[in-house]
Amino acid sequence: MTPGSSEADNLVIADRVFGSRLFLGTGKFPSNQALRDAIEASGTQVVTVALRRIDPTAGEDILDAIPDQVLLLTNTSGAVDAGEAVRLARLARAAGLPQWIKLEVTPDPRYLLPDPLETLRAAEELCRDGFTVLPYCPADPMLCKHLEEAGCATVMPLGSWIGSNQGLRTRGALEIIVEQATVPVVVDAGLGAPSHAAEAMELGADAVLVNTAIGTAGDPAGMAAAFRLAVQAGRAGWRSGLAAAGPVASASSPLTGFLS
Amino acid sequence: MPAETAAADVVATDVAALWRLAAAASDADVDRALGRAGNSRGRPGLADFAVLLSEAAAARVEDLAQVAHRITLARFGATVRLFSPLYLSNECVSTCTYCGFSAGNDIARRTLTVAEVEAEAAELFRRGFRHILLVSGEHARIVNRDYLVDCVRAVAPRFAQVSIEVQVWDTDTYRRLLAVGCDGVTVYQEAYDPVTYAAVHLKGKKRNYAWRLAAPDRAAEAGMRRLAIGALLGLHPDWRSEAITLAAHAQALSRRWWRCEVSVALPRLRPAAGGYQAVEPVGDAAFVQLLCALRIVLPDLGISLSTREPAALRDALVPLGVTIMSAGSHTEPGGYASESAAEPQFAISDTRSPLEVAAALRAAGYDPVWKDWQRA
Repeated sequence: MTPGSSEADNLVIADRVFGSRLFLGTGKFPSNQALRDAIEASGTQVVTVALRRIDPTAGEDILDAIPDQVLLLTNTSGAVDAGEAVRLARLARAAGLPQWIKLEVTPDPRYLLPDPLETLRAAEELCRDGFTVLPYCPADPMLCKHLEEAGCATVMPLGSWIGSNQGLRTRGALEIIVEQATVPVVVDAGLGAPSHAAEAMELGADAVLVNTAIGTAGDPAGMAAAFRLAVQAGRAGWRSGLAAAGPVASASSPLTGFLS
Repeated sequence: MPAETAAADVVATDVAALWRLAAAASDADVDRALGRAGNSRGRPGLADFAVLLSEAAAARVEDLAQVAHRITLARFGATVRLFSPLYLSNECVSTCTYCGFSAGNDIARRTLTVAEVEAEAAELFRRGFRHILLVSGEHARIVNRDYLVDCVRAVAPRFAQVSIEVQVWDTDTYRRLLAVGCDGVTVYQEAYDPVTYAAVHLKGKKRNYAWRLAAPDRAAEAGMRRLAIGALLGLHPDWRSEAITLAAHAQALSRRWWRCEVSVALPRLRPAAGGYQAVEPVGDAAFVQLLCALRIVLPDLGISLSTREPAALRDALVPLGVTIMSAGSHTEPGGYASESAAEPQFAISDTRSPLEVAAALRAAGYDPVWKDWQRA
């Protein structure tokens, strides 16, 4: 879709249609109830959960917080290489979870930076194996093209380091990724304020994924609602055709109108 | 000391120079150290850590706590991961003056059979635990490699994650343990100061300071994912120098073994058989200061707090940076599935059940996380 289009504004990923462009992560919430409330307030239709947190044998499990109508996007958090990520995805499938996988390969547990080489290897194998793959990846335009060619349903470049709340530190690269992508671009990680999400949507991202900023807010549901509005505002701004920014003032009433 | 190891980095650390920074720190130094936390003009380092341990910083402990709380919440959220120790054996051939299991102590000794280990583990699973730490005294014949491998193999299918805290081993043994489902190794150096170390470790293999200090490196080399270290506070008269070395060790492990999750524990000496008295007990104020300084300087560090500490203090420390807690622990072999007459390693203080600890966390606005791993 291009700015100014009047088509219905749904997000389509692998033939599935979504009305919301806000994806929600489920880490760091103070309780299952807080998570449940945030999901509802966000209006999200895609929620990602780490397989490592899922425990069907527990009395109360994190999955209990996720409504049936929301797509569960299992993620491979904890995987340090392609082999582990692929095995985790297959474990999720064997457990009856959806075949939609948020691919995370983050060998460094401190900054949780996605490993570009291992992410690509895992994406290739999982796509061949029939999974719908949404890879968390560095904001590298070439890598995103490779992930597309591997068959990924989206690319999910980081805005800044995960959990850092620093906003779009990778803005220049994200602009190129958005320009070149033939699959939806979901900006993932680092969005610390609703304004960051609006900024991502204004530059043409198809969706954003937010977790820390909502999960650690004083009022997670309130913050989820704020992100919902910001995503809608940013998207509406982009669709309406944003005016160009320039270095000098531009008079809103022309001074030479009398010539015509 | 093997070159290119975190242990070598620790030995090369000029602890005395860092200690002098702590001794001379001013209020302005504390401001600078706090200012570096979470901003982009250079990350806080070991020099800042020393400053945050100073008397000047002690007077600012509320400021430290506020910063530590903010960092913890941002990095870990309002969550605490729960685990349980499972003691396999209190047999020990080492003589360590402070430990209830010490070879010279006339105590009831017991080593669980693998079947008993399985029964204890099943009970811990029933109580909700999915992360488990197998603990043992140091007896290379009774608690040998094959026995440990059998114990890990027996519990691993049930638990999301298994760690060990046993005598230190060579790299090949760590590989064997990893292969059957153990991916974490806990090794407390007890005392980082070599003179104090020699004074409290009188007999046995544990006397070898360097072999123990490099054990986390060997575990990481073998492919272990989680490295936990600690200093037994109260053994050495100066807690600040021990804390500085502990932080240097944690930082070195994170740098050398960048794929590993590194955590620390801050055990304070508790009453135990043998009647050892702490040379210099570390008070609550110093303990809080140390905890906050660790969180501020090493924001990603896991910080574990055991049932050695009383319930009220444990609850109060969670917001300051604790990310891992045990609950309902027994420190003798057995005790979960059936009564045990064996001697505990030390007396626990927080005697609440796991469910009571989880309820207290929830009441404080924290999510008790029972499972946070999936073996791939």
